[in-house]
Amino acid sequence: MNNIIFERFKNYWFIYPFILLWIIKPFLPEWGVVPPKSCLGGCGTIEGMIPFVQWVNNLIDILRNYEIFGFFTFREFTRSIANLIDIPLDFTEALLYKGFNTIPLGPMPWVMILGLVIILGLYLRGVNLAILGGACVLYLAIFSLRGIWTLSMKTLAAIAVSVPLAVIIGILLGILGAKFKIAERLLNPLLNILQSLPHFSYLILVAIFCGVGAKAGVIATVIFAFPPMTRLTILGLKELSSEIIEAGRMNGCNKWQMLFKVELPGARSSLMLGINQVIMQCLAMVVIASFIGQPGLGHDLLARLQNLRLGQAFEIGVAVVFIAITLDRYSQALVLKEPKRKIEGVFWKRNPYLFGALIIVVFSFILSLLTAAAIQLPKEYTISISGYLDWGIKFITTSLFVPLGIFRDFLLVYFFMPTKAMFQSMPWVAVIVLVGCAGWKLGKFKLAMTVMFFIFLIAASGYWVRAMITLYMVSVAMIISVGFGVPVAIWASRKKSTTKLILNICDTFQTFPSFIYLLPAVMLFQISDVSAIFAIVVYASIPITRYTIFGLRNVPSQIIEAAKMSGCSESQILWKVRMPLAFPEILLGINQTLMFALFMVMIAGFIGTVDLSQEIFRALSFNDGGKGLVIGLCVSLIGLTADRLLVEWSNIKKKEFGLIK
Amino acid sequence: MKHSFLVLRAKFIALCFFITALFSASANADSSGVIKIPTHNWSSQLVGAEVVGELFKMVGEKIEYVSMDSQTVYQAMADGDIDIVHEVWEGAFGASFDKAVATGGVIDLLTHDAVTREDWWYPVYIEEVCPGLPDWEALAKCSDMFARADSGGKGVFIGGPVDWLKHDAEKVEALGMNFVVRNAGSAGAIWAELDAAVAQKKPVVIFNWSPNFIGAKYEGKFVEFPKHDPKCTSDASWGVNPNALYDCGNPANGYLKIGVNKDFEKNHPKAFNIAKQMNFSGPDIDKMANYVDTDGMEISEAAQQWLKDHKSKWEKWIK
Repeated sequence: MNNIIFERFKNYWFIYPFILLWIIKPFLPEWGVVPPKSCLGGCGTIEGMIPFVQWVNNLIDILRNYEIFGFFTFREFTRSIANLIDIPLDFTEALLYKGFNTIPLGPMPWVMILGLVIILGLYLRGVNLAILGGACVLYLAIFSLRGIWTLSMKTLAAIAVSVPLAVIIGILLGILGAKFKIAERLLNPLLNILQSLPHFSYLILVAIFCGVGAKAGVIATVIFAFPPMTRLTILGLKELSSEIIEAGRMNGCNKWQMLFKVELPGARSSLMLGINQVIMQCLAMVVIASFIGQPGLGHDLLARLQNLRLGQAFEIGVAVVFIAITLDRYSQALVLKEPKRKIEGVFWKRNPYLFGALIIVVFSFILSLLTAAAIQLPKEYTISISGYLDWGIKFITTSLFVPLGIFRDFLLVYFFMPTKAMFQSMPWVAVIVLVGCAGWKLGKFKLAMTVMFFIFLIAASGYWVRAMITLYMVSVAMIISVGFGVPVAIWASRKKSTTKLILNICDTFQTFPSFIYLLPAVMLFQISDVSAIFAIVVYASIPITRYTIFGLRNVPSQIIEAAKMSGCSESQILWKVRMPLAFPEILLGINQTLMFALFMVMIAGFIGTVDLSQEIFRALSFNDGGKGLVIGLCVSLIGLTADRLLVEWSNIKKKEFGLIK
Repeated sequence: MKHSFLVLRAKFIALCFFITALFSASANADSSGVIKIPTHNWSSQLVGAEVVGELFKMVGEKIEYVSMDSQTVYQAMADGDIDIVHEVWEGAFGASFDKAVATGGVIDLLTHDAVTREDWWYPVYIEEVCPGLPDWEALAKCSDMFARADSGGKGVFIGGPVDWLKHDAEKVEALGMNFVVRNAGSAGAIWAELDAAVAQKKPVVIFNWSPNFIGAKYEGKFVEFPKHDPKCTSDASWGVNPNALYDCGNPANGYLKIGVNKDFEKNHPKAFNIAKQMNFSGPDIDKMANYVDTDGMEISEAAQQWLKDHKSKWEKWIK
């Protein structure tokens, strides 16, 4: 008995140095409690030990003004590249809402888009897909409160450029990563940083080096959207079974044929998931890209939120979700489409869908000459339920305000405030020691050094206190998200129908612009940590739910059968078989939950928090590109540290269960 | 083997040519020579931007509206990506604007007649429970009713985002008020606080400014602090507290300016000529906001309405 307890204590050895340092905090020297300020770069001029902000700003100035080859500056170079994006963008904008200048042709009428979307849906999969697409277009056309139609077309014009661009860049880098070991080693940290870097931290840099407007929006979107594509391409190409490659070799494929005819098609399901993620990410950026000039739904959404028109903002949010889901389902159908055998006969028999599309184009063109209502529905025919939505939101917030107020105060006084105080009282040296020990336990010297270095960088940057507040909010939100998401996932994973339902809800919430629920959160919980954490939990519960379902449903059926045969009860199967086997996936889910929480904690800054997000907004208003980037990297480093530890832990668990060698 | 790769590459190049040809045939003419006007996220600015654009169009200029954050816009204007910002609020954007002017990329063109006011504000029903308002000393006495669970017994004042650079915390200290400043992260968060409080008739004191749509939607008043004086922010001995700055209210008449890019005059002389004669009054700004916020017009409708109603005014500008 004593032995078991001793073993347990030994297992958690890594936590003791941390606790010890925390307890002896009063005896620690001042520099061990709060990161000291240094005199590098001038005494009293910098916040931290190392003047990162100054360095980055100096670098920006050099890139901006110094003429590299004596002809042009780096900034002129990046700007001329950025201008190339205007070429396809001009085309999609003209096609969807501006009309063409050089030839007398207006934008596509809505009836034409409706017809084409329906016929494309029929061609790609069938009636169900066509109904989804048609419903989406009808929603955009009919819910045309102050022109959702035009706004959506503006958004779509940008999306139509950024999705293919992100997919192409993602796949190309992915191929490099899969083929060359060095490329993968360079790509990995870059992708990690890009995925965890808050958008607000690089918006200023995009504005400086690429200008503003729709093209800058596209660039910021692509930066955010391509990493999952690259990751999944690498994964897909590496996991190809050797038989497929063998078969390709036997047939005498050369290097390029191998790649385009064998390997990429073989990795189709990974690539499909990649495209799905790119589309979701691009639409998640709709609102943020509007900060640097992307016109469309995002910009309008913010304007309505600032005027407290929640119902209207909600309608726009639904439009974003509709577009996201439609694009996603269409692209999946496109990738999954089986080549059909050729049919003999006349043109319309050989290509019935193409022929139908031609008829629609001609017909809607004639219709648009006859009536302007075919180009865009006039206001009289459109509807809006925003009035009812406003009323509903008002009703809910008013009736729940008092009971939730008691709940809010209880949470604040007994949980959040003590937890916050606890996080703030941790000496920074102790925190470094904690991650170092955890790193040592999981991955020995190398991992320990890496994560300690990451945390040291945060401390050295001078934003330690704020980073701890961010960490406090993220930690509390993660505990709640996991506590909520895992049970939901266990319940949902029992049946196919509930699984599908919950996964659809996950899709919806992932694309629904998170800005919209910030204000109802304030109405319910006032400007406090509760409202910020509430908003984070809503968003961060998505990945943990998704991954847990994925893990639970992927447990091999033979194992469950075997457990049943040995007479396990339902709950035994769940807790002794399925949960342990799904544990590595759940850990990855927790990893993603952290990423989502870090993303959302920045957006929760719009509620009013005193963490890193507030500093980023301050940097944003003072055009301090260096400060924005450094704080952004602090957020990123929190993510990277946790990512390293969790991935290592998940690998150890997988080895324990014999899932990998 | 080599052969097939060459064919593939030839196909690829042909495809590239085809796409380029398609784009260049159809794409719009190049965008240089277009005046870029930013659009932000509040109604008067959106309508005003369209009014300014329409006026420029009358003298044959081409216009492009660029949706932008209202703080990053000043960097963009200094870089020449934006030509004109017609609503520069002293309180909210003064700092960014000054920084952009200091770089030499932006010119401080003129000041509108419209004056702006930004200060502490409360919905009017609070006067029933806290007599003596709008005087600040009365508010200070009622600090208890604004306290919250996490404010340590002090009253909570909902301030604007930190980057609006208000000296509310200094003001609270200088005037010895038992309040804490809680900075909202966005204007929307302030309105959400206000909306929830009004629905419950709970005490709330927020940062507000005029002109905006709140005045039409909720009845309320600005708190009357000691009147602003330039000395208040530079000379500690001035005012109620002889040892502190900021012992006064914000200026009750802040500026509203027009800023332009330094090359605007050179590139668009006709438009510049209009811009330097433009002048919006307080009622102009109010009307532009109200057309949209109260009457529910679309932005372009509201701009046309304003142009229709104020012909005599803008006709002088375009001469």
